[in-house]
Amino acid sequence: MKSHRLFVLSVVMLAAAIACERRPGTSGSATSTGDIPVGMYGSLTGDGASFGQSSVEGAQLAVEELNNSGGLLGGRKIKLLVEDDQSKPDEASNAVTKLITQDKVVAVLGEVASRRSLAAGPVCQKYQTPMISPASTNERVTAIGDYIFRVCFIDPFQGEVLAKFAYNDLKARKVAVLKDVQQDYSVGLTEAIQKTFGTLGGEVLPPVSYSSGDADFKAILTQVRAQKPDAMFVTGYYPEAAIIVRQARELGMKIPILGGDGWVGDALKNGREALANCFISNHYSGDNPDPVVQNFVKTYRAKFNREPDSIAALGYDAAKVLAAAITSSNSTEGPKVRDALAKADVPGVTGRLKMNPNRNVDKPAVIQELMFADGNVKYVYRTTINPN
Amino acid sequence: MSPARKVVSIAVTLAALAALNYIFEYGFGDFYINPYYARIINLIGINITLAVSLNLINGMAGQFSIGHAGFMAVGGYTATYLTVYHGRQIAEIFGRSLTDPVGSSIVMIPSLIAGALAAAVAGLFVGIPSLRLKGDYLAIVTLGFSEIIRVIILNIPAVGGATGFTDAIPITNFFWIFLMAILTIVITRNIGTSTFGRALFAIRSDEIAAEAMGIDTTRYKVMAFVISAALAGVAGGLSGQLFANPLNPQNLNFVRSIEVIVMIVLGGIGSITGAVVGATTLTILPEALRSFDQQFPGLRMVIYALLLILLMIFRPQGLLGRRELNLSWLRRRQRKDGSVLA
Amino acid sequence: MDTFFQQFINGLSLGAIYALIALGYTMVYGVLRLINFAHGDVYMLGAFAGYYIANALNMDANPSILGAIAVTMGAMAICAVIGILIERLAYRPVRHHPRLTSLITAIGVSLLLEYGGQVVFGATPRFFPQMIRSQVYAVGGVQITNQNLLIIVVSVIVMFGLEYIVHQTRIGKAMRATSFNLPVAKLMGINTDFVIAFTFALGSALAAAGGVMVALAIPRIDPLMGLMTGLKAFVAAVLGGIGNIPGAMLGGMLIGLMETWIGATAYSTYRDAVAFAVLILILLFRPAGILGTSVTEKV
Repeated sequence: MKSHRLFVLSVVMLAAAIACERRPGTSGSATSTGDIPVGMYGSLTGDGASFGQSSVEGAQLAVEELNNSGGLLGGRKIKLLVEDDQSKPDEASNAVTKLITQDKVVAVLGEVASRRSLAAGPVCQKYQTPMISPASTNERVTAIGDYIFRVCFIDPFQGEVLAKFAYNDLKARKVAVLKDVQQDYSVGLTEAIQKTFGTLGGEVLPPVSYSSGDADFKAILTQVRAQKPDAMFVTGYYPEAAIIVRQARELGMKIPILGGDGWVGDALKNGREALANCFISNHYSGDNPDPVVQNFVKTYRAKFNREPDSIAALGYDAAKVLAAAITSSNSTEGPKVRDALAKADVPGVTGRLKMNPNRNVDKPAVIQELMFADGNVKYVYRTTINPN
Repeated sequence: MSPARKVVSIAVTLAALAALNYIFEYGFGDFYINPYYARIINLIGINITLAVSLNLINGMAGQFSIGHAGFMAVGGYTATYLTVYHGRQIAEIFGRSLTDPVGSSIVMIPSLIAGALAAAVAGLFVGIPSLRLKGDYLAIVTLGFSEIIRVIILNIPAVGGATGFTDAIPITNFFWIFLMAILTIVITRNIGTSTFGRALFAIRSDEIAAEAMGIDTTRYKVMAFVISAALAGVAGGLSGQLFANPLNPQNLNFVRSIEVIVMIVLGGIGSITGAVVGATTLTILPEALRSFDQQFPGLRMVIYALLLILLMIFRPQGLLGRRELNLSWLRRRQRKDGSVLA
Repeated sequence: MDTFFQQFINGLSLGAIYALIALGYTMVYGVLRLINFAHGDVYMLGAFAGYYIANALNMDANPSILGAIAVTMGAMAICAVIGILIERLAYRPVRHHPRLTSLITAIGVSLLLEYGGQVVFGATPRFFPQMIRSQVYAVGGVQITNQNLLIIVVSVIVMFGLEYIVHQTRIGKAMRATSFNLPVAKLMGINTDFVIAFTFALGSALAAAGGVMVALAIPRIDPLMGLMTGLKAFVAAVLGGIGNIPGAMLGGMLIGLMETWIGATAYSTYRDAVAFAVLILILLFRPAGILGTSVTEKV
């Protein structure tokens, strides 16, 4: 009995001795010369990998552009240190702790999934390192503290946009909702839609659940069909949305189907002709003739051989907004960059990136109608809805 | 050991843990423990508890359980729920708040007890089918229970659902983690040298023969499940209430259970020391390979899988086989007349 | 009533997918007493193999039945080889080790295929070209697509084919002998290594066929697609009685139907857990599965 205890204790003391080091200065990551280290955490493996990879690619593209045009703070290049969190929240915290305390990064970009942002956010807040989430939409992420920012919509806003469109423009009064119970994005968006649509006076049927990775939705769609809704929301991501839309049409459902920005992705083309009479709320449209957007789409396509999705665009914007803050604060110290971020106002690919007092961005959303032509999805602008 | 010596040795252990805990939290003078390493050390402690507790079923009783993550989930969520929704009241009874170290430790006790009890009940549910099911079938049932638990938790908004239990209050610290790790080791070691343990080993060697010898195999198997589950529940409670480490049903799935299995297999199934070694190695390894991951993203996990296969082919008994750490050679040297103390 | 029949058809199509994969699990278990966790991932590889072949043949632009058959055959052949390789490299060295060791090896292979797939293919889901244009047949108030019909028909044919092979051919007899008692089968002159390799090849080919056909109906493929589906198919195999071919079919259909019907109720969020709950219930009353035979152990 005693030998084991002794063993464990002595090993731990040894480990503690190895791990001991001198306390760093108060503003941990101030560097005056050399590359500027910026951390990024995302899911490069595991079930969140496709979005994680997109967000990283967007950020890498931005960093490359910035470095090629002279870097920041008088020629210093940005070094993007990317860590994989394997789609696990505890790994996300490990990754961020390492980036901040070992690699001494100036700021952290990430994560896409709200649940991982919520897990690792407290670490950034504790060590006064700004964190910019490209795509976490859960309200509570920026509520963690004043060092946490984001460049995407929050669920309540997007839900409001979609609900209003369905009620006012499509004149729907009874709607069904399909939610991806494995994705907090979807769960949050569903709640927001329920709230707004209910406030407007419509009826929302009890949401039906599916899981990311599901391949067959006929069962739940059949049930929804029997309830005869005027429209249907699919609040998850594009891989499932494409199939759901197709199977819904195969079951003879001709009602309009609506979705959020999570629908934007290459694989949406799986939906093919079924995508007619579908609408999405978006901040990013590849067809937007604005040169900022077109330039992004072109360079992304050239570098990665793929059309960018909304997550990639957001990763790009997150990096850009951080660069702007570093430049305007003329510093790499956490608190100073944070203050500059709070005042940021940058034209991004996904809209105007101006932080409001809650450290979220007030971007208008566009509603687009989908069409399938020439083997590709076409997003046709329908209307803009501004935040009120 | 005489009662007096026992008390002293326990007191010394607690004091040592408290001292180390202080250093981990506050450092001393100009020095502190690098937070990244501190976090890894804490995670090692939790994994030790998980691995050693799993060893009870898989190693000592020879049953094949691949649902350990389920017990961790049940215990973890129960413990965290108690702290989040009733922690403040409990702390106030003693005139403390959750934010001061003594207050949080006071709340930790009922939290972990609740977690252990809930997980023990889950262990009971899983252990009872073992009456009729053997081997591979029991394995699938344990997997099934773990998945069912996961899906149920996914659908409870009060504990966060898919987002995870991010409302958790971070009351876990080094002291509790390693106290529980040591406790788990002590319990398992004591079981190993008791009649209960002997019955488990008999069941492991040949269940039918054990039954023929009059051992109530079901009773002992269920007890093993219950104790093992309770300890896993404690690990879950510690894990979920660690800073920036929320419980999440997506990650308490069968892949997690397999990770714990790999820990004990690496160290050697049936060996407590092996479980400790395996847990330590496999907590450090993914972190150590991070720089490798920078160059070739995703390759880290591929290598992990390859190592697993090669390990099974070339050294299936793991690093230690069934051997335990034995420090008696230290004492042997102390005796002048050459006799050996057990 | 319409809805009931629609759900019934939905359940059958889903069940047929599980059945196809379950057949492979059950065969390998029957012969080797090994739960081949990697089987679900072979199904994934079959879908990817089909994807690359179909793109090479430019199927998106010219869909045809002949092309579809070629793609399926190609995928089956590739996966048969992969199955043999896995058996030879990973499972044969541990064949005489305790069961736990082979199980963990199987888990290792599964992880290797999944993570390896994410590295080689990339984690982003791909879309399978439409090899046969989708056609919806409306019978009464029920809609069924030609792909769903294809899946159901093919799995039934495959099941009968397997039964024939196992019970009416020499190699089948050899398989049965090997599963009954491997050392004695060897003594009787059966080349057990060949039989085992053959079993793996056959099972893997079936999984590949399943992968291609599923990709027809649901064109999204990604390296992790085999995980959940494979697990449920395995549950289906155990449910029907592992080692039993009609049992695998029955188990698959049952799981598919149960999942569909639960999905249609207010408890739809618990759908994933249904397969396991059903399994546990059945095993409590019939520990060897529905059609399984309890083997009395001689002491």
